[in-house]
Amino acid sequence: MLSALPGVLFDGVAYGSLLFLISIGLSVTLGLMNFINLAHGAFAMVGGYACVVATLRYGLPFGVALVVAFAVAAIAGGVLERVLYRRLYGRSPLDQVLFTIGLTFMSIAAATWVFGSGQQPVRLPDTLLGQTRILGVDVGIYRLFLIAIVFALASGLALLVTRTRFGARIRASVDDARTAAGLGIDVERVFSVTFTLGSGLAGLGGALGIDVLGLDPTFPLKYMVYFLLVVVVGGAGTIVGTLCAAMVLGIFDVAGKYYVPWAGAFVIYALMVALLLLFPRGLLRRIR
Amino acid sequence: MSVAFSLPDARWRAAEIAFWIATGLVFFVFPSHLVLASQVLITGLFAVSLDLVLGYAGIVSLGHAAMFGTGAYVAGILARNGWGEPLSGLFAAGLAAAAVAFVTSFLALRGEDLTRLMVTLGISLLLYEAANQAGVWTGGVDGLSDMQVRDLFGVFPFDIRGRTAYLYTLAVVFLVFCAARRVVHSPFGLSLRGIRESPRRMAAIGSPVQRRLVVVYTLAGAMAGIAGALLAQTTQFVGLEVLGFSRSADLLIMLVLGGAGWLYGGLVGAALFLVAQSLLSRLNPVYWEFWLGLLIVLVVLLARGGINGALTRVSARLGLARRQA
Amino acid sequence: MTAALRTQGLSRSFGALKAVREVSFTLEPGARHALIGPNGAGKTTFVNLLTGALPPSSGAVYLGADEITGLAQHERVKRGMTRTFQITTLFPGLTVLESVVLAIFERKGIAASLQTRVANRTAEIHEAIHIIRELRLERDAGSVTRSLPYGKQRLVEIAVALATRPRILLLDEPAAGIPAAESGEVFGVIAALPREVSVLFIEHDMDLVFRFAERITVLAQGSILAEGTPQEIGADPRVREVYLGDEAARG
Repeated sequence: MLSALPGVLFDGVAYGSLLFLISIGLSVTLGLMNFINLAHGAFAMVGGYACVVATLRYGLPFGVALVVAFAVAAIAGGVLERVLYRRLYGRSPLDQVLFTIGLTFMSIAAATWVFGSGQQPVRLPDTLLGQTRILGVDVGIYRLFLIAIVFALASGLALLVTRTRFGARIRASVDDARTAAGLGIDVERVFSVTFTLGSGLAGLGGALGIDVLGLDPTFPLKYMVYFLLVVVVGGAGTIVGTLCAAMVLGIFDVAGKYYVPWAGAFVIYALMVALLLLFPRGLLRRIR
Repeated sequence: MSVAFSLPDARWRAAEIAFWIATGLVFFVFPSHLVLASQVLITGLFAVSLDLVLGYAGIVSLGHAAMFGTGAYVAGILARNGWGEPLSGLFAAGLAAAAVAFVTSFLALRGEDLTRLMVTLGISLLLYEAANQAGVWTGGVDGLSDMQVRDLFGVFPFDIRGRTAYLYTLAVVFLVFCAARRVVHSPFGLSLRGIRESPRRMAAIGSPVQRRLVVVYTLAGAMAGIAGALLAQTTQFVGLEVLGFSRSADLLIMLVLGGAGWLYGGLVGAALFLVAQSLLSRLNPVYWEFWLGLLIVLVVLLARGGINGALTRVSARLGLARRQA
Repeated sequence: MTAALRTQGLSRSFGALKAVREVSFTLEPGARHALIGPNGAGKTTFVNLLTGALPPSSGAVYLGADEITGLAQHERVKRGMTRTFQITTLFPGLTVLESVVLAIFERKGIAASLQTRVANRTAEIHEAIHIIRELRLERDAGSVTRSLPYGKQRLVEIAVALATRPRILLLDEPAAGIPAAESGEVFGVIAALPREVSVLFIEHDMDLVFRFAERITVLAQGSILAEGTPQEIGADPRVREVYLGDEAARG
């Protein structure tokens, strides 16, 4: 049993990387505008379908398809933010929850109508298939690739947030939107851009995740809890917190399914309630 | 200035009496749709229980199905194991659901709105998984069937056309509704509305806010459990979806469409929702989901002052809830 | 004679900031006591410590002879201490009558009752109407609070507080945000309260303070700078300095 531990950890980290990639946008929107976006998973789904269409219908290489997935999801997020989401800032949580549940339902129905209700296949390039041995552990090359990409992106994001002017604006706005606005920061614009970027990253995560998470129209609902959980546990608006939470969740979920398969998803939900109890005020206010 | 002018009057209004007579007439007018009609009443009762929590006390819950499902499974498991007497089954289910609500209320009512949403959702998902894993008792994904529900009062069998089921459901729903109505018109009901309007001020006038919320959450839990038990007994089946996220989300939508904060909204919303669903799903279930989503999005976007604002106005106009000068 | 309300070395810090430090303060029975001080002096924090909305970092609060430092807010209200808020904190969707009746229910301990109906509680309703009349709000009794002009809402604020029948009333800028002409009216109502009620109020308008207060405490940077009758405070050079310095800094 223990001999499987390194493999389980590795799979958990790969899974956690995906959760991070998809959730980071949600974390920032929640931290910035206190907006509860239950429809966030829909942007990941959009990216997933964009990748499928790009590779299977237009025969584009996988790498290009990932860029397409990012772009399509980012555009979808940017447009929706401008047209719809913007009107809901500052409204009650009930309004936000209902509104985003409505969007989720629409996205599920639309995806079913266009692509059917089945699981979508993904064709990975041959170089990413197969296994390799690292430190005596057999690991899937694709998962290795995935972890590498996500860690590169996370570092990039951390640099963006800590080193650039735009990053400084994001941090100021997360800290206190009113004060930031008082300092002359265009908080709405900061939010538009981060929302777009976050949606794009979710789309990229959806595309990279087809092989791990699967892709069908119920995707936004199936993983909604996971994304929300990452954000609530990690603390909204922080990259490091979100990354840690995603890893903890990914590892626990994979390990739970491997070691106590009869408990199913019980492990993860129990973990969620326990974490929320340990930090009852919601971790939102804890970090920073 | 008369005293009654600005206080909610507990007397039954003509519109209310007409409403309940109409539900009785359904039995004669739509004899072939009694199964759907029973579903409407049961779901309506479930929505009324959420209304106490959301519309009156102002707590947004994404996991109200936890109590509904508990009630359904308790009634189902009892009926399957030789305790098929419906009324005592209903009672046991209500108690069990109240117990679940009471225990979880200490978790669910802490923190702020987002934490509450997550915790209520998490609790219902936990129960879902528990029911999924406890296949010996619950039948797991296959659901719980072979229930032996005995004749009502030992006299009226539950017939295939759902005649007994409808009248039984109507009677139970009406009685529980009366209880909810009583709660709303009591000093306790007024204090719930105070909490919804401003928990801070309630604390400042000496109200133990948290304790009140535990009480209403438990009461609403019992009602939801009774609704779940009714579903189990009248359909003689309990599926995992009684605990699912969709049940909680759909419920929230129904309540909002019917209007939260005046009790009848739950019943009206459930009727609109289920009738539309049964008509539109016949065309194509996917379309139904799409139009439903669009409808909610539009309602939220177009309602002046958000859902809450719109509801206050509607209920005031109907004169059924609080009367406003 | 025991003080109505007393604090002993009461302090509260927020991180490195010491908002209230070592305040030992006494409110005499029947007092009309003003708490003044420049912005950021810690007045509202001090009131929050008195009501239990915030726990103190150290020190103690006594109500009469009893220590109440550890009591929850609603328990302090039960013992006769009620506050109003600087920023109007009411029940926007309830009518004025409903708001006042609700506060009376809470005081009488029947607000958790499922036995009776609100509309049948004539005793409480009559009492509410009496309070509403005292504040000259009878024309608005049936109006939803949200729909009232701001000045009226300040009066509702006081009506709700009075309905808890406090022995001690803490008023955080009761006339904030209403026109000067009407603020005198608000204080007139406060001055006319029976002497069983001890009143502590925070107020910025010095005219009102010197007109209505019988005793004044000046808070600066979290501690008591001076305390005395209006004459004494008016003549105190330190108080002048704090206020003039504050004016200069603002200007």
